[in-house]
Amino acid sequence: MSGPPDSHTVIGGPREPQPRGAKVRPGWPIDQSEAADRFIAAPRHLQNHDTRLWTLRQNRDRIAHGIEEWEELRELASQIKEHTLAHLDHYLEMFEANAKANGIHVHWAADAAEHNRIVHQILDEHGARSLIKSKSMLTEECAMRPYLEGFGIEVIETDLGERIQQLDDEDPSHVVVPAVHKLRADVAEVFSKTIGTDPNNDDVHYLAEQQRETTRPLILQADAGMTGCNFAIAETGTFVVCTNEGNADLSANVPPLHIASIGIEKLIPRIEHLGVFVRLLSRSALGTPITQYTSHFRAPREGGEMHVVLVDNGRSERLGMDEFWTSLKCIRCGACMNTCPVYRRSGGLSYGATYSGPIGIILDPTFNRTKYSALPFSSSLNGSCSNVCPVKINIHEQIFAWRRVMAETHEIPLMKQAMMKAAGELLSSPALYRAAVSGADAALRTLPKFIVYNRLNTWTRAREMPKAPDHTFHDWWKANREKTEVQP
Amino acid sequence: MRVGLFVPCYIDAFEPEVGISTLELLERFGCEVDYPFDQTCCGQPMTNTGCHAEAAATEALFVKNFAPYDYIVAPSGSCVHQVREHLTAVDQTEEVRAVRARTFELTEFLHDVLKVDAFPWAEFPHKVGIHYNCNSLRGIGLAQASEPNKPFYSKPLELLKKVRGIEFVQPSRWDECCGFGGTFCVFEPGVSAKMGYDKVSDHAKAGADYIVSADSSCLMHQKGCAERIGLPLRFIHIARILNGARQ
Ligand code: SF4
Repeated sequence: MSGPPDSHTVIGGPREPQPRGAKVRPGWPIDQSEAADRFIAAPRHLQNHDTRLWTLRQNRDRIAHGIEEWEELRELASQIKEHTLAHLDHYLEMFEANAKANGIHVHWAADAAEHNRIVHQILDEHGARSLIKSKSMLTEECAMRPYLEGFGIEVIETDLGERIQQLDDEDPSHVVVPAVHKLRADVAEVFSKTIGTDPNNDDVHYLAEQQRETTRPLILQADAGMTGCNFAIAETGTFVVCTNEGNADLSANVPPLHIASIGIEKLIPRIEHLGVFVRLLSRSALGTPITQYTSHFRAPREGGEMHVVLVDNGRSERLGMDEFWTSLKCIRCGACMNTCPVYRRSGGLSYGATYSGPIGIILDPTFNRTKYSALPFSSSLNGSCSNVCPVKINIHEQIFAWRRVMAETHEIPLMKQAMMKAAGELLSSPALYRAAVSGADAALRTLPKFIVYNRLNTWTRAREMPKAPDHTFHDWWKANREKTEVQP
Repeated sequence: MRVGLFVPCYIDAFEPEVGISTLELLERFGCEVDYPFDQTCCGQPMTNTGCHAEAAATEALFVKNFAPYDYIVAPSGSCVHQVREHLTAVDQTEEVRAVRARTFELTEFLHDVLKVDAFPWAEFPHKVGIHYNCNSLRGIGLAQASEPNKPFYSKPLELLKKVRGIEFVQPSRWDECCGFGGTFCVFEPGVSAKMGYDKVSDHAKAGADYIVSADSSCLMHQKGCAERIGLPLRFIHIARILNGARQ
């Protein structure tokens, strides 16, 4: 789904350059913390980002708490998804058969490369040189745009936020509001450089209108259209796309050729299940009862063609992972990002991945374990994400589990593991522990030092050290209670 | 009722008063309290970092120390959460499972097990904002977090309401994480500190003199943050208020 077009908050004053995302160094893990520090160092961006997303979270609370059966809906949605995933082969075949019966061409892609090849081939067969598309995290995941552009095919994003990101040559930072990390001034700058708007005019309506003006002819002339999919219904062979700008309908209906990229986890068994998810989706994402458009695609229109590409790209492997398979329940509402205190203060691009925030942390390592090995540590494990998730994914428990997997497969830095080994030895020996805590000189007793054994500097960089009292509880007990101690 | 008192490492080293208050409070309600002398830690620093194997010996020591008691009580929800939910690096023998099930956080022990209805000695004439450690809140249910559509309750608040003279203030993001997060605060220091600054500023804006919590770890982090940005807030563990501390 996509967010409202005019959700840019006003923060005036002199220009603050937009902090960019994580640095990618081949072979090295993404350092989310480093990128987050740069985001925090840009106070306007930080405040804008935190405020906008926290507002979405509050809107979500208000509307969700107005629905008496909210928690039951979440449970139901979770069960429907778990059932579907447990019988995914069955429902995929059902979907394929019914879609074909509706006159839809169905393709299967094992991975991103195959998806891109298939899309290119369909376009090629129709002599299509331009493609308009609505937002799709799956095509981001497949890096489809640069692939097609390599063949000289022009790709035009029609979702406003996604278009901003395309023109800025930057990934979306959020699954619902892709440019939420940008200030209006950033957008004005991007548009002035790319579509020739007045660089000093950052009025949202002006910017949105200019963008529409320049994109409209491209839309009208496009040879092919592409959408993603929010829900694919097995019993009917139809699929549903939810947007707030109606741009999926443009992409699907203006050109004669419609291609939809669908991750295999998007299946739900029956049309009657759709209502459960539609009630949850926009309420969780933006705090609105429903997206402006909930478009059902059933069959190609007269004289047109409709293609569906069902994409695996690691999903069936994920389905086989005991601790992580339920991450496939995700309906990409973004609620876990909106609520995440770390995400709100670091920006989606700091994760250096297609998926960011809490859901990103648990999905990304399935794509590249080494590259995303540090992400599970970019969380305070506070659990708010799991509580807002409309399909009840135990997100923070999966983040916790990923830490263990990273340690077991030696994907965490040797220094960190060595520290923990030392801490483990210290804390399992009463004598060593006592020596560390009750050192004769109280000034030497420093909290992070004995909890994590090292890294004293990172504590004091941003906080004052606690002052150690002149005795420990242990000393006190010894002095005051030991004689009367009751032996167990 | 024989209670084994678990004093987490940072309370032992930095807030012995919290340990003493917990002990005295339990004794006031007739518990026979013992402090197993060889105790160290619950293993959280290691498991929190993914290093479960490295936590096994510490977990085994915890179980050995606390197996003899009817209840194990700690003035720290975060450590109790670790014991209940994540003490899994050792074999799950009957003894281990029993220790895990019998471990309580102080306020839930007072509220659910002892069902305390008065603290006649307690008086705290100040404005306080309550801080909930996230493991205490969403992990062991000390209170109802704001996200689910479920009726609010708070065990610490219920207990504090019985204290004379106390006044409560409500920060706007009352259950947002303060950024301590165990080893998170040293591995992601920038975001952690920013979360801490925001948390203490929110309480200050609401008019709090004190931030009170059932977890010293968060308080220690917040205190460091408040001092760094120059906010005149004070911090106190709930055990001290319930045991009669006036400031
Ligand atoms: S994990 Fe849950 S909350 Fe996060 S985007 Fe997916 S469905 Fe929404």
